[in-house]
Amino acid sequence: MIVPLLLVCILVCSQLAYWLGARRASRKAGAGGLSSLHSRPQYYGMLTALWCGLPALLVVLVWFFFAEAFLTSTVMEKIAPSLNLATPEEISLAENDLKNMVAGHGIMAAANPFLQQAAEDYLRLKAIGEKALFVVLLCLMTATSFFLWRRISPEMRARNHVELIIRAFLILCSTLAVFTTLGIVLSVLFESIRFFQLVPITDFLFGLKWSPQMAIRADQVGSSGSFGAVPVFAGTMLISFIAMLVAAPVGLMSAIYLAEYAGKKFRAVAKPLLEILAGVPTVVYGFFAALTVAPAIRSMGTGLGLSVSSESALAAGLVMGVMIIPFVLSISDDVINAVPQALRDGSYGLGATRSETIRLVVIPAALPGIVGGMLLAVSRAIGETMIVVMAAGLSANLTANPLQAVTTVTVQIVTLLVGDQEFDSPKTLAAFALGLLLFVVTLALNIVALYVVRKYREQYE
Amino acid sequence: MSPKRPNREDRRTVGLPLSDHPRMTCRNVNVYYGEKQAIQDASIDIGQNEVLAMIGPSGCGKSTFLRCLNRMNDTIDNCRVTGEILLDGQDIYDRKVDVVPLRAQVGMVFQKPNPFPKSIYDNIAYGPKIHGLAATRSQMDEIVETSLKKAGLWEEVKDRLPQPGTGLSGGQQQRLCIARAIAVSPEVILMDEPCSALDPIATATVEELINELREQYTIVIVTHNMQQAARVSQRTAYFHLGDLIEVGLTDRIFTNPIHPLTEDYITGRFG
Repeated sequence: MIVPLLLVCILVCSQLAYWLGARRASRKAGAGGLSSLHSRPQYYGMLTALWCGLPALLVVLVWFFFAEAFLTSTVMEKIAPSLNLATPEEISLAENDLKNMVAGHGIMAAANPFLQQAAEDYLRLKAIGEKALFVVLLCLMTATSFFLWRRISPEMRARNHVELIIRAFLILCSTLAVFTTLGIVLSVLFESIRFFQLVPITDFLFGLKWSPQMAIRADQVGSSGSFGAVPVFAGTMLISFIAMLVAAPVGLMSAIYLAEYAGKKFRAVAKPLLEILAGVPTVVYGFFAALTVAPAIRSMGTGLGLSVSSESALAAGLVMGVMIIPFVLSISDDVINAVPQALRDGSYGLGATRSETIRLVVIPAALPGIVGGMLLAVSRAIGETMIVVMAAGLSANLTANPLQAVTTVTVQIVTLLVGDQEFDSPKTLAAFALGLLLFVVTLALNIVALYVVRKYREQYE
Repeated sequence: MSPKRPNREDRRTVGLPLSDHPRMTCRNVNVYYGEKQAIQDASIDIGQNEVLAMIGPSGCGKSTFLRCLNRMNDTIDNCRVTGEILLDGQDIYDRKVDVVPLRAQVGMVFQKPNPFPKSIYDNIAYGPKIHGLAATRSQMDEIVETSLKKAGLWEEVKDRLPQPGTGLSGGQQQRLCIARAIAVSPEVILMDEPCSALDPIATATVEELINELREQYTIVIVTHNMQQAARVSQRTAYFHLGDLIEVGLTDRIFTNPIHPLTEDYITGRFG
């Protein structure tokens, strides 16, 4: 592949341009010394290097992304009449053959002679193109850097230009993230709209029965499917609630202990150990939930005379709670540590004990951050899939009983999309509708959280 | 005037460290931070209804000594105090003494105003609530009002008691902290450079307040500002690198210091 070689070449040339630019700036400064320059010589160097490197980089990127498509279409155009390709499918099939041959793992003997010819053409064109690219790049780099190099003068505002380019680059990076978000939302939205054309939106939002199995062929025996999202969301809420019931007190209390009571040595050992919990893959938590916790709950429940299903919301919720303890702990610990020591001193100075100080001064001051940490943990709980798949089951029961099997939104999305699926049946499209609804719910949660946090801030600072 | 002046190397305390009616008595106090000794063998009395100023260059141990007087040094991990500190005849470092009532008796005001992020009312009510000083809401209202009045803040804040204490100006915040300390009816108030973060006008208000508070409380104030020590205190103690060098009536110390180190410091040759 030629691209890495070109990148190295661009780097070397830019370095050279940097050196030349900086040297010319120093020389232009002349007798007046460096203070007669608008910017320090490094900035002139940097600007020359950027002028040298950036356009060249752009050309390489264009080549990297479009060369293959361009070459293929050129070659195919030449042989298309002789191959008698009619439908788009046939054309793309031929293109695939061509690509295989070019890559060298086509069976050459059995190949169509026209295609073979095309493959040879392709390789020849590509070799020419790469050589040409190399020459073009060299010329381009020389031209752009020479253009700038000539214009270097003490009055040139090199520092401001460099800052401008860096700023533009940073803006580009941040818009990339924004557009990705936008893309995800839109793709989910469009598929959901297709779903809502097949299933009325009120049925989806308020229906109490979730049973997405549909007859694939007309003569098949099977249900027509029902897509009421309520039981699925109820399951999500139930499991998240159980998880937060575990994680919020345990996480917050351990954070308070670590931040306020624990000695340095204990803290140095305990905090990394607790944070290891965050590093355990969720699948492993899933084993733990399905093989250890769920059977234990079941045998305990039957011992008490309760009917417990072997997969229960309780098992999944408990294990998920353990999983998110480190999130609550880590954030709470940080915000508690951020409360100024002066406030604690003030409280101790009035004769308050440690626990009074924590309860009445430290926690209220740290509350916005703690609430933020809790909400982050809730989002984790809502989005968690693996533990629920393994420990809570797939049946969509509408129940508040934590001893029964329930299912969650994420689990349903997984089961709807796993395996061979046709992408125009309501069954598959339902996954996108669920995703959209989940997105909206989480977003609403975050907005509420932001509002709460801001309100407390205003009150306290 | 003592005929024999100590030489510069002599670190024994000169002047009048003892008092006839002491409220607090400190004898041979040594303070260590780990291996490092911060105070060497300091002995001093703090009299009834007096303002004692502690002056000295940075790092000389005056704040450390102040924090010993209500055991605020307990919160620092490797800090160790030896010697004897008595409050009304009771050794405050005795095993049987509980720091909670001690700190109510010996209140503290810090260098930077540190009101709690609560309302003005709750800032004052915090201490009385902890110590159970008010049985009813109206008693608490009364404590809040009298404390704020004593701190000279009542007229300025009486209409906005539910507003956050952090919204006040720096000088008001510091007076709020003084009112907060007064609210638990202490006998001694320790002030650790209470005006160093305030502008001159707020400083003047706080100094006036200290003068008024002297009638009811014993006050120990650490300050970098010698004019302030001269304005507010009756006695002054000079610390130098962990040694208590000289104690005496403020008027005498600033006009006629005995120890050459004290003289160097107050004439501005050092520190």
